[in-house]
Amino acid sequence: MIGILSYVVFFLIQAMVYSIVALGLNLQWGYTGLFNIGVAGFFLVGSYTFAILSGPPYATHLGGFGLPIIVGILGAMAAAGLIAVVVGIPTLRLREDYLAIATIGIAEVLRLIALNAKGLTGGSRGAQSIPRPFQDVIQNNFANNVAYLLLVIAVVALVYFALEAMVRSPWGRVLKAIREDESAASSVGKNPFRFRLQSFVIGCVIMGLGGALNASFVGFVAPTDFLPILTFEIWAMLIAGGSGNNRGAILGSILIWAFWTGTGSVAQAVLPSGLQVKGGALQVILIGLVLLGILMARPRGIIGEEAVVSREAQLGGTGGD
Amino acid sequence: MGQYIADGIILGATLSLGAIGLTLTFNILRFANFAHGELLTFGAYFGLALAGPLAFGPNIGSLTFGWGFLLVLVLAAVLTAGLAVLIDFIVFRVLRRSDVAVALVIASFGASLMLRNVVVFIWGPQPEYYSRAIAIAKPILPGVRVTSDEIFVVVLAAVLMVALHLFLTRTRLGKAMRAVSDNALLAQVTGVNVTNVIRMVWVVGGTLAAIGGVFYGLTVQMIPTMGFTLILPMFAAAILGGIGSVYGAVLGGMVIGLAESMSVMWIDPGYKPAVAFALMFLILLILPSGILGERA
Amino acid sequence: MSELALSVEDVVAGYVPGVDILRGVALEVRPGEIVTVLGPNGAGKSTLIKVVAGLLRVRSGALKLFGKDISNLPAHRMVGEGVGYVPQTNNVFPKMSVEENLELGAYVRTREIRRGLEQVYVTFPDLQRLRRQAAGRLSGGQRQMVAIGRALMLQPRLMLLDEPSAGLSPLLVGHVFDKIREVREIGVTILIVEQNAKAALAISDRGYVLAEGKDQVSGPAQELLENPEVGELYLGARKGLA
Repeated sequence: MIGILSYVVFFLIQAMVYSIVALGLNLQWGYTGLFNIGVAGFFLVGSYTFAILSGPPYATHLGGFGLPIIVGILGAMAAAGLIAVVVGIPTLRLREDYLAIATIGIAEVLRLIALNAKGLTGGSRGAQSIPRPFQDVIQNNFANNVAYLLLVIAVVALVYFALEAMVRSPWGRVLKAIREDESAASSVGKNPFRFRLQSFVIGCVIMGLGGALNASFVGFVAPTDFLPILTFEIWAMLIAGGSGNNRGAILGSILIWAFWTGTGSVAQAVLPSGLQVKGGALQVILIGLVLLGILMARPRGIIGEEAVVSREAQLGGTGGD
Repeated sequence: MGQYIADGIILGATLSLGAIGLTLTFNILRFANFAHGELLTFGAYFGLALAGPLAFGPNIGSLTFGWGFLLVLVLAAVLTAGLAVLIDFIVFRVLRRSDVAVALVIASFGASLMLRNVVVFIWGPQPEYYSRAIAIAKPILPGVRVTSDEIFVVVLAAVLMVALHLFLTRTRLGKAMRAVSDNALLAQVTGVNVTNVIRMVWVVGGTLAAIGGVFYGLTVQMIPTMGFTLILPMFAAAILGGIGSVYGAVLGGMVIGLAESMSVMWIDPGYKPAVAFALMFLILLILPSGILGERA
Repeated sequence: MSELALSVEDVVAGYVPGVDILRGVALEVRPGEIVTVLGPNGAGKSTLIKVVAGLLRVRSGALKLFGKDISNLPAHRMVGEGVGYVPQTNNVFPKMSVEENLELGAYVRTREIRRGLEQVYVTFPDLQRLRRQAAGRLSGGQRQMVAIGRALMLQPRLMLLDEPSAGLSPLLVGHVFDKIREVREIGVTILIVEQNAKAALAISDRGYVLAEGKDQVSGPAQELLENPEVGELYLGARKGLA
């Protein structure tokens, strides 16, 4: 019994951590119409920063500041935010596609740094023994996991309510106005660039938070955890649940993660070891097709209510009389 | 140093061919197509699949392949062009028209990931090569050694670019493509059938990408992630040269190829892909319209 | 032969579903005429010309070109029917040379392009001087000439001009309208929509005034110039435009 419960707890923790990232992405895409295809990169920054700040001393690379967990988490968020500022400033003034290219680029660069800068990140082996909160207080493995789950759920709730409040605030209303009619918004003196930058940075900060929590949960990080497939996963979660809708982000995370681990387990059990890699490939193809199916049946996602009208979707004649 | 320049030119040949298609779709279809890298991948792998049965004939001179390979090249290009048109038809066209709340860029990213995995599924994740023949690098200048395959690649790339130039400036269809790229609405009212032109953009882009992919497979290796490895430098090349400019894409491809190749003189080779990104970042900061692009 | 060059019959059209800009416009253009459509901003002038050019769908009503129903032909097929449209803005191919711009005008024709070019250069000698220049680098007035010349290369049966005076200085405006008159001498039927009523009516045979999506007043150009109703439709107060 404990076995199944244990598995469920594990599953939920991971799904919740991903939902935090999806919430961050929702602010960027659902509410602001930004194309961030470098989600994995900001997640990476969060994870590694946390490992460096709060991890134990490492023989081979930087780290071991052993700072309190909360400092590690805040540091992770700050680092992600900083990178977001650096990437966002030149690209958010340009066509939206440029942000997509820049974010996928930065994610790749960050991954390369993680892979190659052995002195900083431990290279391909990564960093281990990343601490968890309460690990000294609650020794029992299962209990510790449950405690962690409660912590993560609390964080998700915090992020959710914070985002909901932001979106309904005057700031959020300007964001909506910019998304729907940029020229009207700027004519009222609202600088779209500033708002987009704020949204982008806040979204990335949230992703960094997710990264830190993930590192703490799993206990180790390695460059292979941050491949583009992760970005794809988060996007899938958001699209399935319904972009523009925070509840959709959370629901989508649970559903897609269930599908992912489910198909993964089936593949592992059924396929001979020689075909494991191909099984993995098939898994990705399947997820993509399922996503396509969901989109065809319910174009706004499962709960999606608000339509995201990106600028490219605003076709039609050039005004005139 | 000379060796790095030579290597840079060889890489630049592949990047230029890929960047041309990318800049055309970015300009005419107005979105960054992340799946373009996979057109190179499929071009290379179609070539691999066809090379088995079709690569007849003894090796030509010191090249690692025979006359049959040229046929393979042509067929791979045709298949890839078809694939490009198919992808547009199935994925992008549907999204352009429907209510789905997903942007073309995001869809192209998803498509690229799936296509990559289709390659893994069919051929497996391991690196592949067209032939086991050892290509001997011969010195052509002091300190510069290249294989005959590499010379072939550069020469053919140059020929293709000249052919493309003639196509764009002397043929009716080529002029129509340039017109649509310059001012799509005006092209329409000049009598150009824009739907046909769009299809041609995919055909031309797909063909060049396929050949670029085969070149890469010939001079480096084939691996399912090759498209992804190349997509960033190709975007950098297109942006550097100026979106919409075919000549810019060629220039950009060469610059990025040379930069990546020569960068190993100063930085760890593991960071080579970051060079393209850094250059792109720089251009976006200083001159976002690119070298040969339109001034905003 | 009393066939009309263009017949717009109770056309309804708009950009956004559910919102009609044109609400039943009717007008006629006879072969060899210059007809001007006037109206305040928002009346639907630009919309009207886009509909005739094939860039916007006809929701109800009909369009007939020399008797043939062309109501929903797409723009590039309209060109094949001999409709030459000169847009108000973005009316050249900026990266291509003047000569290439003109050559593109003859895209649907394949014969006698050289002669067509020569004829355009006769009408617009400045363009011959500028033929190798990139069109995007020309001044507003010069670009207008390129745009009209390009449409001329089609040897159109009907030429549509969307606010040809837009953005031009008064001197240039006079020059452009002189050229338009010359184009009519070659035998082209012309439909103009314009804000600058005086300049346009001065060269036109007849005119219509569009307001709120319908044609409100019509008649010979001279009459419209003196008609106080026209002035009211425009400005609400002034008597006539003369």
